[in-house]
Amino acid sequence: MTVLLSTILTLSLLGILSAVILYFVAQKFKVEEDPRIDEVEKMLPGANCGGCGFAGCRGMADALVANDDISALYCPVGGAEAMKGIASYLGKVAPEKEPAVATVRCGGVCAKRPRTNEYNGTKSCAMAAAFYVGETACAYGCLGYGDCVEACAFDAIKVNPETGIAEVDAEKCTACGACVKACPKRIIELRKKWPKNRAVYVSCVSKDKGAVTMKACKAGCIGCGKCAKVCAFDAIKIEVGVAYIDSQKCKLCRKCVNECPTGAIVLKGMDPLPKEPKTPAAKPAAPAEKPATPAAKPADAVAKPAEAAKNESVNEQK
Amino acid sequence: MKTFPIGGVHPSDNKKWSCQKPIEALELPDIVNIPLAQHIGAPATAVVAKGDKVLTGQLIAEATGFMSANIHSPISGTVSAVDMQLNAQGLRQMMITIKREGDEWMPEIDRSAEVVRECTLEPAEIIAKIKAAGIVGMGGATFPTHVKLSVPDGCKAEYLIINGVECEPYLTSDHRTMLERGEELLVGVEILKRALKVEKAVVGVENNKPDVIASLRKKAAEGGFDVVIEPLKVQYPQGGEKQLIAAITGREVPPPPGLPIHVGAVVCNASTTVAVYEAVQKNKPLIERVVTITGKEIKEPRNLLTRMGTPISKLVEKAGGLPEGDVKVVNGGPMMGRAMVCLDSPVTKGCSGVSVYSGSEAHRVEPSACIKCAKCVAACPMSLEPYLISKLAKKQMWERLEEEHITDCIECGCCQFTCPAGIALLDYVRMGKQTVMGIIRARAAANAPKK
Repeated sequence: MTVLLSTILTLSLLGILSAVILYFVAQKFKVEEDPRIDEVEKMLPGANCGGCGFAGCRGMADALVANDDISALYCPVGGAEAMKGIASYLGKVAPEKEPAVATVRCGGVCAKRPRTNEYNGTKSCAMAAAFYVGETACAYGCLGYGDCVEACAFDAIKVNPETGIAEVDAEKCTACGACVKACPKRIIELRKKWPKNRAVYVSCVSKDKGAVTMKACKAGCIGCGKCAKVCAFDAIKIEVGVAYIDSQKCKLCRKCVNECPTGAIVLKGMDPLPKEPKTPAAKPAAPAEKPATPAAKPADAVAKPAEAAKNESVNEQK
Repeated sequence: MKTFPIGGVHPSDNKKWSCQKPIEALELPDIVNIPLAQHIGAPATAVVAKGDKVLTGQLIAEATGFMSANIHSPISGTVSAVDMQLNAQGLRQMMITIKREGDEWMPEIDRSAEVVRECTLEPAEIIAKIKAAGIVGMGGATFPTHVKLSVPDGCKAEYLIINGVECEPYLTSDHRTMLERGEELLVGVEILKRALKVEKAVVGVENNKPDVIASLRKKAAEGGFDVVIEPLKVQYPQGGEKQLIAAITGREVPPPPGLPIHVGAVVCNASTTVAVYEAVQKNKPLIERVVTITGKEIKEPRNLLTRMGTPISKLVEKAGGLPEGDVKVVNGGPMMGRAMVCLDSPVTKGCSGVSVYSGSEAHRVEPSACIKCAKCVAACPMSLEPYLISKLAKKQMWERLEEEHITDCIECGCCQFTCPAGIALLDYVRMGKQTVMGIIRARAAANAPKK
């Protein structure tokens, strides 16, 4: 009996002693943490995608609470709404950024960009890009092994098996930029997001000379500069053999779309401009190609202009 | 019999298709493309322009700095372009294009077949001649030979090792060169010994080439050449510089930036040694080399003496064309070679062979999961851990890769050869090494100006 009693007593004493020591140790090494960090973290989407530049939402929350000026911090996933909420909770000025969407700038679908060889190596864009040109003759085009798909935390990008090119679901895309970093060919760009997912962009990044591009892919930008000439907003620049439309300057007037001889300028969410035969002799080729262009685009893009057309027609007539 | 101590594998050598075929000269091509970067180091700078007339053996591109090599015209004719052309990987690279008109050689080149043994030049003069001739390592690494022969201060060369191992399966260009041009090779050894001021010279030959060992020993004895012909136990990658040094001298080259010269060894490929002989004794720059074209399904495997810049499709044509069905054409052998997508790409200084695979051999097996059996670790001759490195490369953990010494990798492919899961380990390692080397170079460039 006494053995049992002494055991219980000794253990209890030890327990109490340890508790007291632990209490003082905990007091001594207490980490003061702003309770607001937890709150802010809850307000963030919790995707831990890294789109803000931090490893996860906790890091972002930390920075939002710690910095007085949060204009450089932005959560692309939560967007303006989440940022406004957080800013008002913290009593700071919300940073503003217009919504953006990842855009795959390659139009080299199987029909336009013939295969020249079969890749038998590890199915990864980074690997294929490190070793050789890719399965087609274009050294700049989408490889289609889906490094971007793997990088996307929102299931917003898919490689279309029919075209062999990555396609972005603009509704799901949060513009976190993970795919932009993952693409070894630097094809994906974050561009300004217009209402109803309208977009005009050059779907090609080939820096090759026109003739070389043409040989490898019928949908490539040959850097002819016709689009730049027709642009009234100075939004188009031709650099190293490829046109680039600045999405900040572009007003979606769509004039360039009709000018493009190869159909490299893609129009999404809108109908193309009607024919304007100013100089009938020179024009026929361009308008003839115009209806063919959207049709040759990825499968879902064909459907979109059709349904969006009804909404658009009202706006356009104004 | 000697061999290297760590790792290694035994792929079937498949040399029987072409090792009995004597060297024959390929018809001169009508047009050649000569890349400005066909050696390790800075690309050469073109000294000709479109429209210039050139003679065979004329300098057309000059070495850019010390770590670079001169390039000479392999044919006589007119320069038709200095522009970007497709290389074997289908990527564009700066090349000089020359259209052939006859075959008129530079007058100072001695084209007679007579072997000139006498060499009284000073070491510096020999190295200058080798540099002028644009000689680089012809085993595949294409390291400029004059750089190798310029022994840095504080180091002393003790051994000259001639690499006649040719451990890469299928390829037989060195084999045939050593057999048919043994005397020139031995004179080349004498010249290199003179340039390096070394006493000991060893020619390492794997004992799957008994004819070479016998013929070189006979020629050395007859000619009174002071050189040891060392038969080596067959094991891949014995032809790796560090492996060969370990096999012959028993010394281990320290990891980078350690060089063979730090253990007193200078290694030179057998074909390169013959090229050295030609450069020093015959004033002939490096404008042609022996290229093996082989494969199980190839109708007529051959060893062709080919001018640089000849389209590889010409060699394929000469060998009876490509087999039917799926075909993989590899620039080099099956272990270290790289698959080609552009058959019109040119033969370069480092191209020792072209091997062709067809049918099921042209395809890789579908990889399964790594079970950490560590066969790759046992096979790695550089004592690396390929399973780990490949995984880190996949996860793009570049700093960790550098810590794991990925830059030590010699890309021999033993890991991938031995992997029972069929994982493309070498692909990952190459990609990782390429990226890490880029990071190291960028860091060096960023640190340099501050000094």
